[in-house]
Amino acid sequence: MSRLLQWIFGRLPIGWMQLTHKRGRFFAALSGVAFANVLVFVQLGIMNSMATATLRPYEFFNADIMISATDANALSEGGNVARQWMLQALADPDVTAGLGLFVGDVPWDRGERDITFTTFGIDPGQREFIAREIATDSALLQMQDAALLDRLARGMSRDEAAAIRPQTPLSFETKGRTLTALDTFAGGGGFGGDGFMLVSDQTFLSLFPDRSSAAPDHILLRLRPGANVEAVANNLHELITDKTLRIRSFADAAQEDLRYQQTQRPTGVIFGFGVLIGVLVGLVIVYQVLSADVADHLREYATFKAMGYGHRFFLGIVVEEALILGILGFVPGVAIGTAILTLMGKVTTLPLAMTPSMAITVFVGTVVFSALSGVIATRRLAAADPADLF
Amino acid sequence: MAGDMIVEARGMNHWFGTGEARKQALFDIDLALPRGSLTVLMGPSGSGKTTVLTLLGCLRGVQDGSVNLMGHELNGATEAELTALRRQLGFIFQSHNLHESLTARQNVMIGVQVRPGVNDDLTRRAAAHALDLVGLSDRIDYLPANLSGGQKQRVAVARALVGNPQMVLADEPTAALDRDSASDVVDLLKRLGAARGTTTLLVTHDNRILDRADRILTLEDGRIVTNTGGARGNDAKMHSRAPKI
Repeated sequence: MSRLLQWIFGRLPIGWMQLTHKRGRFFAALSGVAFANVLVFVQLGIMNSMATATLRPYEFFNADIMISATDANALSEGGNVARQWMLQALADPDVTAGLGLFVGDVPWDRGERDITFTTFGIDPGQREFIAREIATDSALLQMQDAALLDRLARGMSRDEAAAIRPQTPLSFETKGRTLTALDTFAGGGGFGGDGFMLVSDQTFLSLFPDRSSAAPDHILLRLRPGANVEAVANNLHELITDKTLRIRSFADAAQEDLRYQQTQRPTGVIFGFGVLIGVLVGLVIVYQVLSADVADHLREYATFKAMGYGHRFFLGIVVEEALILGILGFVPGVAIGTAILTLMGKVTTLPLAMTPSMAITVFVGTVVFSALSGVIATRRLAAADPADLF
Repeated sequence: MAGDMIVEARGMNHWFGTGEARKQALFDIDLALPRGSLTVLMGPSGSGKTTVLTLLGCLRGVQDGSVNLMGHELNGATEAELTALRRQLGFIFQSHNLHESLTARQNVMIGVQVRPGVNDDLTRRAAAHALDLVGLSDRIDYLPANLSGGQKQRVAVARALVGNPQMVLADEPTAALDRDSASDVVDLLKRLGAARGTTTLLVTHDNRILDRADRILTLEDGRIVTNTGGARGNDAKMHSRAPKI
């Protein structure tokens, strides 16, 4: 290792030698960096899972534009939209189809533990609005009180979910009615509900008798192939009488929902602070290690200064140490982080996992912040006055 | 400056502190060190020996008077110029100041690598040769913790001399050593200095080594009070302005 580093730096790898000279302290420093990495990985994993869980229901539908009430910051929040605005939108020659989307929470009392499904009510006849992996089963929803259940829902065993087939349906009571699950699809538990459920709009309205078929939560629109989504959305702003409505591309609606969850909702803000605190803890740990190391070697550094070595030489040593700590600390950090996220994912059924982008982001961040800590730590070198050696 | 003088100081004064706390440490120092000589600088604690050493070693800026080192005037020299000049000097400290995590060879290599453009192989060979000269060829890969006090100081001598400096400044290099080790270290400095034409300025309280000096200079209260030839002294090369006591 020393030879390799000597070849890379073109000088003795003094930083590496200093760090490894006291093995106990070196491993303690690596543990500190790894701990900070784990902290960031867990917080980033939760942030990512929030993003995955937030965006997941948007993947159930194929739409180009979504019309929502002015206070509808998320798919399951906000007021209703009058169906008449969908009819006005259909007057635009680029709009080929419209769908009223109903959203509500449906509980399933399972004795020891209730499951809450975020439930979408749709017209099962409009299959072009439904994602391909679900569309094949959507015809089943034509039956009154039929449902498609999320097989990844929290609180339902995988075996139990796998047994649900049109030939072997599962019936359960909720809201005074008996729903029959005829098949399943892959959703996943989120931070709001335990899973998802798809029903027809008629079934939805029977579950929520105070809701009106004339006022869905959102209106989804499909455009003719090649139409400019942004231009059509702008046109619809002009065309539709209610100027308070939010008319956005479906993709923008999903991203705005995500931004809202991450920056406006308490959980998102807390997780964001978690990442920040992880980064700060890492920065402080690496700085403390390097700063103590510089203080321990002030006499040697002063000797080097007396011999004619300049500031760049010392900066090189300290940054070398910072990079070694950052890189070697990352290895156990990513391994432990992966294990913890996997375990948390299994326990919570949240989509928690180590992703390549997370690993790369944390690695680059670790290296950059370690180097930054090193640069800050070299300020203590000002105390190394070679004249004091005599 | 005479061509055979490596350093020549004229009317050198130095102060520490500012305002009412300002205190003069050196008074009107004149001295000249011939090339290849070994000069011992003696005096009680607080007499100004260390200040002279740090000024001639470019570790402090010259405040008043003239100091010409290897043809360069130090009064008014920039920090970068002082640093560049230090690369042509060798330093030996009382507590050797070896890097604890580097082997003897690596500690000596540091003394070569300060000069840019020296390749690694040459550095390694030069370090091994320097350690051989100080009698430590069998301890080349030892860490300082595994060397005796005398051996550590010999590594420090090798580090100071490996770059063929024009002048070596040594501060109490024998203070922590027993008689034999002290004698070895000074003999080494004397022998290697003479062979390479290196000038040595050695600050010490150690009377055991005075017989090796070409010149003995005594400071008291910031003034040179005696300036005598050693066992092989040469009075003609050293001057001392009359002390203002």
